Order: sequence, then structure tokens, then C-alpha cells
Amino acid sequence: MTSPLGKDLLGLERLTSEQISLILDTAEPLREISERAIKKVPTLRGATVVNLFFEASTRTRISFEFAEKRMSADTVNVAAAGSSISKGETLVDTARNLEAMKIDMVVIRHGSSGAAHFLAERIQSNVINAGDGTHEHPTQGLLDLLTLRQRWGSLQGRRVCICGDVLHSRVARSNIWGLKKLGAEVAVCGPRSLLPNAVGEMGVTVFDRIEQAIEWADALNVLRLQLERMESGYIPSLREYNRVFGVTRERLERAPKDILIMHPGPMNRGVEIDSDVADGPHSVILDQVTNGVAVRMAVLYLLAGNSPKLADAAKGTV
Amino acid sequence: MADLQSVILNARALERTLSRMADEIVERNDGTDGLMLVGIQRRGVHVAERIARVIAAREGVEVTRGALDITLYRDDLQTVGPRPVVGRTEIPGTIDGKHVIIVDDVLYTGRTVRAALNELADFGRPARVGLAVVVDRGGRELPIQPDVVGKHVEVPAGGRVDVFVTELDGRDEVVVAGAPRA
Repeated sequence: MTSPLGKDLLGLERLTSEQISLILDTAEPLREISERAIKKVPTLRGATVVNLFFEASTRTRISFEFAEKRMSADTVNVAAAGSSISKGETLVDTARNLEAMKIDMVVIRHGSSGAAHFLAERIQSNVINAGDGTHEHPTQGLLDLLTLRQRWGSLQGRRVCICGDVLHSRVARSNIWGLKKLGAEVAVCGPRSLLPNAVGEMGVTVFDRIEQAIEWADALNVLRLQLERMESGYIPSLREYNRVFGVTRERLERAPKDILIMHPGPMNRGVEIDSDVADGPHSVILDQVTNGVAVRMAVLYLLAGNSPKLADAAKGTV
Repeated sequence: MADLQSVILNARALERTLSRMADEIVERNDGTDGLMLVGIQRRGVHVAERIARVIAAREGVEVTRGALDITLYRDDLQTVGPRPVVGRTEIPGTIDGKHVIIVDDVLYTGRTVRAALNELADFGRPARVGLAVVVDRGGRELPIQPDVVGKHVEVPAGGRVDVFVTELDGRDEVVVAGAPRA
């Protein structure tokens, strides 16, 4: 009998719909733990988790840390700034040194696509990808799926449009893989300069106008416009972007049906999303944050202790 | 090497047993004040529900019910193969000062009850905790004893006791499958 998930969680592209559903089914009952007076279960007692963050993160890092602590794991946070990483130590050396101190799991965020995969192949510990470059951010994808599934029961045949900077977004990639595996129809909408050239090959519909997306979709996942993109010439100005692609109350009021609004945060209010919408009745943005902790607890629970041997066996079945 | 199967409680007998257990629980508590039934997932939850129905019929009181899933408190998670599925835990309101009765179908090693006690402690401090089980099959590995028992039956290691409930299994029945004979 092989482990259902294998050793690592690197992305949603390689997971089966059964594996994704297993994570969501496990996350569902775990939400209750965060409502208790004592928000802690002893499941991962004695396990050590290192949060290795080479890129800035507030929400994801805190969410992982809550998840780890609520499962009773011991946690250590390593940020790139102020560590020997800033002295030029390589990723593998950093990880091997940590492993020599007997750790069990590594949660890694890194600016390079494929960093989590690279690490997973070289260390014994379980590796969880918390965002690698523009590749994937699987736990964000999973928490988005959980949020939608809670509202709809099933994603089969539902329409989700991912809006904004799809080109640079690992959230978009994880969402596209996950949504399609669970049977949803996926579209993207944004300026052509911020959509990947080969976006059509991912099997998604492309909308050039936000109005079309709103007419089509059951849910919008509004991505953060990474402000540094404007300086590099991808869009003319923030005001222009808001005028053409901003999700505003006026636009939503013209929708033929109620649309769920998601945003992975941090939000640029008044740029990609208006405050009226972010705080409005259709917003599930704070549900996403709550679900994030539960999904990460589920991933920790399902991966903990899975050995590389099991991972190899799991790969053989894919 | 065939399994020896015998029905130790049929549907009627199980109903009588649950009624008696309900009476004993109310008697021990001197009424229904502060009483709370907490079933262990999955069959214990249904047994607790049945007992609560009997109490409602006799006493005219809806006893508070809860459900515990003890998976995350198991002491063998490091050794079991694929991770067991986690079920729902639901403890309504507070358990502080309550008389909580943990309800399960079969009591064997006592490890499940140990886990349930630990989990319960994370929700608060009950005035008293009791244990009610449909079948006590012996074979304890921890110092845990039930307060209310439907039926005692000594089943050696390797044997099985199954409590079937209509809600999950389509029938009410308690079956003992003996250890395979050499």
C-alpha cells in the first residue's frame, strides 16, 4: 500500500483528482480545530518543520505556521535576509545543514520556478512548495478549491475566471490545474501583455474584456497586480488598468447571476478590485484565509512521515 | 480455517439493550440535568443518537449530543500505513461542568477511549466523564473501564466484534466472528 500523496507536495499539475479530493476532504473537518478553546491537536508532536522563505510572505508563512502549530509540530522560520543564505550559501547546502539537525519537513518559498522540486529530489525530508517563481503555489490553489467547493458542493461544470496578471502568477497556474481536474471550466481575463503566449494550450478560454468574463463566470479569482510590473512596461498605468480590468460594483451589478469573488491577497484596493467588491456580499476572500490554515494542516497530516521510498512507489503508479 | 460467526444481539435485543443503557445513564446522572452524550465516530455517534432518542421518549428531554473523531489523537499514526480519513468533531456549546458520557460501539484495548479523553480535555473541563459501550469484549491494554455496558463478551485477540446499525449498515445486529481455528 503506497501513501496517497507520496513524499512531497510540489504542485497540482501532477496530482490526480482523487489526491486533490483527499486533501480537501481531510481539510474540511480540520477547520473545526481552529474554533476550539485549545486550538491544537497532538498529531505531529515531535515533528520538526522548517519554513524556508527566500521571498517575502506574510499570509502564507503565517498560515503555514498556524497550521504547523495547531498540529503540534515544532517550527523554525528561516528567512533569506539575515541568514547564511545572504552570505551566498546554496539552497542545497542550506537544506542539508538543516537536515543534519534532524528535521522532518521543509516548507519552501523561492523566487525560482522549480526550486521546491530541486530540493525535494535532494533531501529526505518532506517538501511542501509554498510558491516557486512563476510555477506553482499548490496550497493556495487547494484553498481556493476548498472555498469554492464549500459554496457549491461540487465544481463540476462550474465556471471560474482568473483575472489579471496570469503571466507572472503561480496562483493562476495552480488554480488552472486544480480547477480543471475537479471538472470546472476555466477562463482567464487580462491585458494580452499579462497573459502567457501559450495560454490557449492550457485548455482555458481567454477573455479580453472583464465584462465578458463577468457575464460568463460563476466565480472570479482576481489576482494581485504586481505593481512592479507597471514599471517594467506591461501596463500603461494603474488608473488605466482599473478602468479597463478593475472588478467594480457597477460591473458586477450587470452580471446575469451572483458571482463569487476571490482574491489571494494582498489586495491593491482600487486597482484590480474595488473596496465595495472586496468587502461586499459576494466576497469569499476571508473564507479563503480561514480555509488556508485547514488545507495546510491537511497537507502536513497527509505527508508527515512519508518516506522517499513511498514517494518512488507513488511515482510508479502515476 | 473458517470464521465462526454468531449473532449475539439481533435487532430486538439491541433495541432492548440500548433502552436499558439509556435508563442506566439517566439513573447514574440522577436525571438529565447537565447530561451530554458524546459519540465516537462513526458508530458511536449513531449509538449515542439512539440512546438520546430513548431518553427523549422516557424523560421528554432532548439531551445535548456531540461527536468526536479521535483520528488526530491516535497513538499509532506513525505506524499505520496510509493516513486514516479524518471525520468530523462537533462539540456544541461548552462541556465545562457537564456530565459527559462518551459513547462507543465496542470497547477493546481502551486506546480509542484514551484518545477521546485527551481530545475532550481540549474542549474544557467536564464535572464528570463516563463511558458507555454496547459491547465490552475484554482485552484492555490501558487502565480504562466502562460505566455502562450493553453486553459483556470475551473475544480473544484475532476475533472481531461488529456492531451494525441501520444508519450505516442497513441492519441492526451485533456479530462476533471468532478467531480462526487452527
